[in-house]
Amino acid sequence: MSERLADAIAQVPPLLADHVLLSAAALLLGLAVALPLAVGASRNHRLRQAALGAASLVQTIPGLALLALFYPLLLALNGLVAPLGVALPALGFLPALLALALYAVLPILRNAVTGLVGIDPAIVEAADGVGMTPRQKLRLVEVPLAAPVVMAGIRTATVWTIGAATLSTTVGQPSLGDMIFAGLQTQNWLLVLTGCVAAAGLALIADGLLGLVEAGIAQRRCGKIWAGLIALLSGVTLALAPALLPAARGGEVVTIGAKNFSEQYILARLIGDRLEAAGYDIRYREGLGSTVAFEALAGSDIDIYVDYTGTLWTSVMQRADTPPREEMIAGIDRWMRERGRGRLLGPLGFENTYAFAATAGTARRNGLVSLDDLARVAPRLTLGSDVEFLNRPEWAAVRDTYGLRFADAQSYQPTFMYRALETGRADVITAFSSDGRIAANDLRVLADPRGAIPNYDAVLLVSPGRAGDARFTATLEPLIGVIPVEAMREANYMVDRDTGKASPAEAARWLASEIDP
Amino acid sequence: MIGPEVRFEGVSKSFDGGASFAVEAVDLTIAGGSFVALVGESGSGKSTLLKTINRLVEPSAGRVYVGSDPVTAKRPHELRRHIGYVFQNIGLFPHMSVAENVGIIPRLGGNENNARTAGLLDLVGLPHDLAARLPGELSGGQQQRVGVARALAGEPGLMLMDEPFGALDPVTRDQLGEAYRKLHDRLGLTTIMVTHDMAEALLLADRILVMSEGRIVADGTPQAMLAQGGGEEADALIAVPKRQMAKLRKLEREQ
Repeated sequence: MSERLADAIAQVPPLLADHVLLSAAALLLGLAVALPLAVGASRNHRLRQAALGAASLVQTIPGLALLALFYPLLLALNGLVAPLGVALPALGFLPALLALALYAVLPILRNAVTGLVGIDPAIVEAADGVGMTPRQKLRLVEVPLAAPVVMAGIRTATVWTIGAATLSTTVGQPSLGDMIFAGLQTQNWLLVLTGCVAAAGLALIADGLLGLVEAGIAQRRCGKIWAGLIALLSGVTLALAPALLPAARGGEVVTIGAKNFSEQYILARLIGDRLEAAGYDIRYREGLGSTVAFEALAGSDIDIYVDYTGTLWTSVMQRADTPPREEMIAGIDRWMRERGRGRLLGPLGFENTYAFAATAGTARRNGLVSLDDLARVAPRLTLGSDVEFLNRPEWAAVRDTYGLRFADAQSYQPTFMYRALETGRADVITAFSSDGRIAANDLRVLADPRGAIPNYDAVLLVSPGRAGDARFTATLEPLIGVIPVEAMREANYMVDRDTGKASPAEAARWLASEIDP
Repeated sequence: MIGPEVRFEGVSKSFDGGASFAVEAVDLTIAGGSFVALVGESGSGKSTLLKTINRLVEPSAGRVYVGSDPVTAKRPHELRRHIGYVFQNIGLFPHMSVAENVGIIPRLGGNENNARTAGLLDLVGLPHDLAARLPGELSGGQQQRVGVARALAGEPGLMLMDEPFGALDPVTRDQLGEAYRKLHDRLGLTTIMVTHDMAEALLLADRILVMSEGRIVADGTPQAMLAQGGGEEADALIAVPKRQMAKLRKLEREQ
């Protein structure tokens, strides 16, 4: 247990540094936008209404959605600025920075406007009366008097930003959210808790230091103001230090992507370990959404990740047919190469398809063997699926092929989906065929006699930037076709089981020893 | 040195695009060095007229002169640094010490001369040890004395006072009024004081102007106002202190 805690804590420093830098940059950008806007808004009633209205509207968008929206927005913007030879990164720091800065604007703007508008009119009249220029009035009277209220807004924005920065994981920007998302997917609660405690601690410290500055302003004590500011600045500098120091090893940095479930975390480590052994410096971008992952690869924001043929065929290529396995793999590779979106290096050797599964008891009571059987009793049953499935074309294909109509359908994070089945909240789930829990929980997988579900062979995808890199592809080629589904199930189960859990890194090492004795 | 003359030429001010006038066609000359009280009921336009002098209000029509120059000859902030302005709500800067408040006008002009603070506090009868205090720690009367000192720090020849003692208790008000009148004489200022209190005007000013509905309806010395009356509005205003005085005399006799 203490070893796992040590392992979790060891992950904190680099993520904390990223978290600090992202939050600080977002706050500074938020301040740079909000403060001048507040001065304008305090002098112009119409601007005030427009600015506060817009900022409030932004605030109603959930943080996760705001971050996700910046991804297509930046892609579209890239299309516009491409002729100028500028390429904006659509993943990672930039979208996270923009979304968080936008989020930070409202509390700063609202408090600054309140502070400026709330100044006693007699004081404003006196400032005019003694002959202050508008600039002198702002500097000598309005700013000092509004400062305590503005600082309160900055503190609110800081706590919000540090909290919302955990969501930047979903757009590929490392933060303490990496631990929370990874822990959530692999049911490593210690990892989740460590990430939460670190983020909360950071928020409390930053809030406390800003509180010191606020008190210093209110009491006109310069010592307090400087103490708070210097402490904040040292924190940011400390976080910046690793980035400023020249890379120690000087190796090429490879970014490995992973979607948001255990198998992906394990395979990312398996790939990472191999590349590291070959002398590459590696970075992970984990917890990516399904479509975000492919676009990130096509845009060379990540260099390599594992995807599944059926997903690429239906969601990315928008194809409705289901050709045989080899044909599909060759088709995807051709499609990617033709469009300059990287290449498909090869299949890993196992399939992770959608598998409609029920408990042995449910299957026996309802006589469930195939999806045809399920269609008969579905109107009495509840379907549990992962958050993506019900919106995917595969679901439409299965539903229409078999005429499936469920009484109810609920979406879960993958780990909670199995729980829902165990507790009876769901009767049938859309399990994954490489999931160790199917065998461990003695689930019955329903056959697909009409072939509605396409193949989901796990395949290695390489970015356009790495597609022609012979050394790189040679390092990974030994992984092609060597992972049997039994080994993958076992590795997944090591991470997913409730007791005696292994970390994805440990499971990856086990898997490596298994396939390469 | 004697304060400048102030002259209004056809000054009008409308806040609603000409539908009604707060100040309407005022022609008036105020002699340099005089102490003039602008008296009238609330809404009579007296404060608006006063503020056209330091351009806190820009007239809709007409011109205002201080000395020989129109007030529009300088930029507003430059004009205001040489015209003292004291008003009912005082408006001391709460985050600045008394000394900083008093020194603000020299500071705005880039002239940080702290040595004058003591002299200005003497002038308005405040002990020097108040210099380091914040305005919030002072009584109302002390605050308005600081307000007067702040206005005098720019060495103005002209003082504009808008109900300067209106928020103070009667004793403080009386003391401050007397003290200011002495300062006015000693420094040779031109003072224009807006008040709704006719008794205050009669006791302090050399000349009383009564305003009603944006116009000047009576103009005369306190003696003339008391003796001959100044028309309907002026008489109504004078009647109040007169009646009070008569009652007080009667009370005294009854003792």
